[in-house]
Amino acid sequence: MRVSELELDLEAFEGPLDLLLTLVLKEEIDLVEIDVAGIVVAFIESMLGRSGAEDGAGDCDLGESDLEACGEFLVLVSALLELKARLLFDDEAAELAELEPEEAVEELARRLAAYRRMKEAAAWLTSRLEQEQDRFFRLGPAPLRPSIERPIDPHDPAVLAAAMRALATPPKTVSLAHMSLRYPPLEQFVGRFRSLLAKRSRFDFESELGDLSRVEQAVAFLALLELGRLGEIAISQAAPFAPIRVERRTRERSPAWKSARSA
Amino acid sequence: MEERSLRLITTSPLEALARTVEALLVVASAPLSLDDLAAAADDDAVRIEAALRLVGERYSEGRSGIVLEHVAGGYALRASREAARACARLFERPVQRSLSQAALETLAIVAYLGPCTRPEITRIRGVAAEATVANLLERGLIAEAGRDDGPGGAIRYRVTPLFERVFGLGSLAELPRLDDLGDDIEQIRERLHVVAEQRGA
Repeated sequence: MRVSELELDLEAFEGPLDLLLTLVLKEEIDLVEIDVAGIVVAFIESMLGRSGAEDGAGDCDLGESDLEACGEFLVLVSALLELKARLLFDDEAAELAELEPEEAVEELARRLAAYRRMKEAAAWLTSRLEQEQDRFFRLGPAPLRPSIERPIDPHDPAVLAAAMRALATPPKTVSLAHMSLRYPPLEQFVGRFRSLLAKRSRFDFESELGDLSRVEQAVAFLALLELGRLGEIAISQAAPFAPIRVERRTRERSPAWKSARSA
Repeated sequence: MEERSLRLITTSPLEALARTVEALLVVASAPLSLDDLAAAADDDAVRIEAALRLVGERYSEGRSGIVLEHVAGGYALRASREAARACARLFERPVQRSLSQAALETLAIVAYLGPCTRPEITRIRGVAAEATVANLLERGLIAEAGRDDGPGGAIRYRVTPLFERVFGLGSLAELPRLDDLGDDIEQIRERLHVVAEQRGA
């Protein structure tokens, strides 16, 4: 069994162990969030499952390869635990590592003194508890305590009735007309412009289509652009917001035609 | 004399307030602060204090089976100590009275240093505090008080008003000063040096 392939299903991570290690090393997952005990449980369960499957008896007679896996796993998990402990007690670990023997004694003395004080405080609490052994008091509510009814301000029932009535009235149906835009197909305007230009060589966009709705005008303008793209018309405008002039393009003036001819 | 005090009970307005305070203390399940009493009695705190003195005189050890006490930052009624044995026979021994050494040490740490986290308790005691903290939480002697800002965001704990009540403390200020407890750090240091020398020899 390969330890790196051990499948994990933890609260903070789901997947193989080697992926977890990679993510931890890349600092993409916070080791503090990982339940290391969960990894140990998963490993033991997989070992038991394997030995159970191999000899059918379910005892833990480990083969040589499993022993190797166990060793590998122990090294990995202890490294993880050390890393996690360092993360949790970051400053303290660094401080302790740098201590000189004298300072270490001082630190130990300080910690022992802190613990002694708490031990003494606990002894004080014990004696206090003994003194207070004969103090009896009620912890819960009185057995026949009347239930408290919180008073509320007087209100007019008519106001409530009016509010209910307002709620009972079916709401006005909302028009959804604006949701679907209806406009004529582009081709209709393309056809219209072509027939217009068949009769005369130029026209003004506004004077021809000024009486249409905004949406229809927009579609008409798109049709104009389409015809422009196809090289059938030339669009010009003297100044911003000036009338748009549409002109028929003669075949002779088309650049495509020119290049074909020179070739 | 007895007649006179009876007459006073029925006439003085302060006595009427004292009776109200008495009633409030009877229906309350936890100690009531001066403000609680003033708000419920709809009277001012100075008069409530005076009324509490009257109630305290009436309900004191040796005079009554019920005793008024100032505990956990408020006022509460309890049974008199002379009735303790009868009370003990009526109830089973309350759970909070049998606390292990580990529980008492943990309580002391939380009482003095709280709000503090489980890792902090572990660091001081040198052993895992998980079970003890869970036990104290269950008994209602400590409660959660937010989370630590550091990595992992460990839960912080503080002692509850029940802790003060069980230990008969008016407030946490009644705990002995920490500096007055434990050995002098100098003594501990000396002992450490002695041990180190013995090992070295």
